[in-house]
Amino acid sequence: MKRHAPVTTALLLSAALIASAAAQELTGTLKKVKETEAFTVGYRESSIPFSYLDDKQQPIGYAMDLCLKIVDAVKAELKLPNLKVDLKPVTSSNRIPLLQNGTIDMECGSTTNSVKRQEQVAFGPTYFVINVTAAVKKKSKVKRLADLNGKTISTTSGTTSVPLLKAYKKTEKIEVKEIYGKDHAESFLLLADDRAEAFVMDDILLAGQIANSKKPSDYKIIPESLRQEPYSMMLRKDDPQFKALVDKTVSGVMKSGEINKIYAKWFTKPIPPKDINMKFPMTPAIKEAFKNPNDKGV
Amino acid sequence: MGELDFDVIGRSLPYLLKGLQYTVQLTLVAALGGTVFGTLLALARLSSFKPVALVAAGYVNLMRSLPLLLVIFWFYFLVPVLIQQVTGSERPPQIGAERSAYITFIMFEAAYFCEIMRAGIQSISRGQIGAAYAVGLTYWQSMKLIILPQAFRNMLPVLLTQSIILFQDVSLVSLLNVTDFVGAAVKIAQRDSRIVEMYLFVAIVYFVLCYTLSLMVKRLQHRIAIVR
Amino acid sequence: MNLGIFIEQVPDGDGAWWEMLASGLGWTLGTAFFAWIMAFTLGSIVGVARTTDKPSLVRAGNAYVELFRNIPLIVQFFVWYFVVPGLVPAVKAWVVSLDPTEHQFVTSIVCLGLFTSARIAEQVRAGIQSLSHGQRDAGYAIGLTRPQTYRHVLLPMAYRIIIPPLTSEVMNLIKNTAVAYSIGLVELFFRTREMAEMTFRYFEAFAAATLIYMVIAMSANRVMALIERRVAVPGYIAGGK
Repeated sequence: MKRHAPVTTALLLSAALIASAAAQELTGTLKKVKETEAFTVGYRESSIPFSYLDDKQQPIGYAMDLCLKIVDAVKAELKLPNLKVDLKPVTSSNRIPLLQNGTIDMECGSTTNSVKRQEQVAFGPTYFVINVTAAVKKKSKVKRLADLNGKTISTTSGTTSVPLLKAYKKTEKIEVKEIYGKDHAESFLLLADDRAEAFVMDDILLAGQIANSKKPSDYKIIPESLRQEPYSMMLRKDDPQFKALVDKTVSGVMKSGEINKIYAKWFTKPIPPKDINMKFPMTPAIKEAFKNPNDKGV
Repeated sequence: MGELDFDVIGRSLPYLLKGLQYTVQLTLVAALGGTVFGTLLALARLSSFKPVALVAAGYVNLMRSLPLLLVIFWFYFLVPVLIQQVTGSERPPQIGAERSAYITFIMFEAAYFCEIMRAGIQSISRGQIGAAYAVGLTYWQSMKLIILPQAFRNMLPVLLTQSIILFQDVSLVSLLNVTDFVGAAVKIAQRDSRIVEMYLFVAIVYFVLCYTLSLMVKRLQHRIAIVR
Repeated sequence: MNLGIFIEQVPDGDGAWWEMLASGLGWTLGTAFFAWIMAFTLGSIVGVARTTDKPSLVRAGNAYVELFRNIPLIVQFFVWYFVVPGLVPAVKAWVVSLDPTEHQFVTSIVCLGLFTSARIAEQVRAGIQSLSHGQRDAGYAIGLTRPQTYRHVLLPMAYRIIIPPLTSEVMNLIKNTAVAYSIGLVELFFRTREMAEMTFRYFEAFAAATLIYMVIAMSANRVMALIERRVAVPGYIAGGK
């Protein structure tokens, strides 16, 4: 019985959606997609394992798998089985303007759902929960975040870690010097080269950098958290029809348990292109997010 | 840092070559487009009709006083919005970084090629244009048949040298996340955490390419000099 | 268009946006200033080396110029910031001892200084070679040594001839500091982008930067024109162009 549940849900879902689409006029993204017969997904090129390019230059990843479910739902909803799906690379600094100006219709990467960003954009259900913390070398004397006092730390510009770090400095009254990388690999290189004592970032991204490094056993992640942050796909603001479709599709995947398979594929097994393994089993916070799908920001 | 891992280059070679192809393509299009627009701008700057000369000079000076990076970002973020306001359409047109780069570089390089062509035109003795008018050619005819071919020929080495600079400047689009040669290398470097290897590789490839090209320009310069 | 944005406070920062841009301008000018001193000194030395009659010096000078001229500036930035400290332990040891901001500042000066010096070397060489050989001979004839001939005869004339191309190099250098944003130097372009991205006022931020860069370019032009007039040798190249 249980095995049929996803199919039934999906059927019911699409039936309901088709009915609703027929009943009301299309607005926002769905109207645009129907008119232009094209749907554009923004992806990241090096956000392992959420959305990145494989060796054939195809965007793949955990977030991409979820977003393709949404693409399928859009096709079904608009009865456009041959809908043209464009994939467009975006960066942490241009993703919001590109979404707003309509270059992309949805962003699938490792974007934190923050209250601040919600003033500009909307988010789908949380599909991952991270802790902002620090990676250090095992030989380092830094054991806790508080030990970072007086040290140089690297982080990536344009990320939520930057204001977080500033706030932490203020409340804990510690002094740190920051050095910024344009992207996570650069920030990590600063740590690897001993030019920074620690790299402050989302734990999953730190795990990805460590797994990719030449000597993963040299590094460790400090088991503390500056803050917990939910990741989600980014959508345009004030677009209730499309948002409802995204919510239904993603929570369907979560409720049906299909999410477990997708999660395992990207976080506990070897992934392309170099067969690295993130070794990142579900945390309680992630399990909770899958059990009660929501789009609460931090 | 320890040992370097150049394996990453072999694995990502097709991607890097695709990036290089885009770089070459953008360079060629921008050099051709820049020469055409630059020549028109040069004619405008030398026009005896003051308003035209002033507008052209203003454009050239504006472009030449701005960092290319700033111009790239202007075109990328604001042109779609401006077009939308002008046409009054509901959504801004989809231009995208790859295409906006073509427009940007043609417009930007036109200012630089303009100055080269202007020098080229001014290097032709005034007697020639007088002679052209005397045999009854119109302005456009004398430009097309007499002045511009010579100006172009005299300035060819300079135009080609500027094109090599353009070839290098194209690398700035990588900051807009365009997959040119540098962009491709940066992306691979990020994904596989092989920054040192990739950046070194890019520097060497660029050096070999640009040095070879500049040697070729030098030889061409000698040949032209002898003929003249 | 909303000019009020410039007096708005930067979130969890210190000061308003116009102050951020002004501090960015400061870094831009500071970087350009020191890089120019470095570029002018090195460029003159290399340029002179390429006009001597020692083939080894000429070759070394040529190699220097080709090296820095044939690699895109942004790649040179990456190399100086990421590759060199990773490969050369001595540089790394020094870099670690620096404050991150100082490190970016120094890297930018070195990178822009070397990049620009290759162009200046080319101009200096062309300037010296454009002088008639008689000037050099005249120098030797009145008993000047080779360094003295360069110091008192050739260079003073060559510098005057190349003031117009040097003017464009000054302007190029100032514009090129924008590329330092790629290694995180908080110069004008970095601040402009930061402002645009954090406030979403792209138009205002870019327009402000455009104005500032235009003013810089015009002032640089004026200053160089003034120098050109002040040092002109009567009857020689007094008319400029």
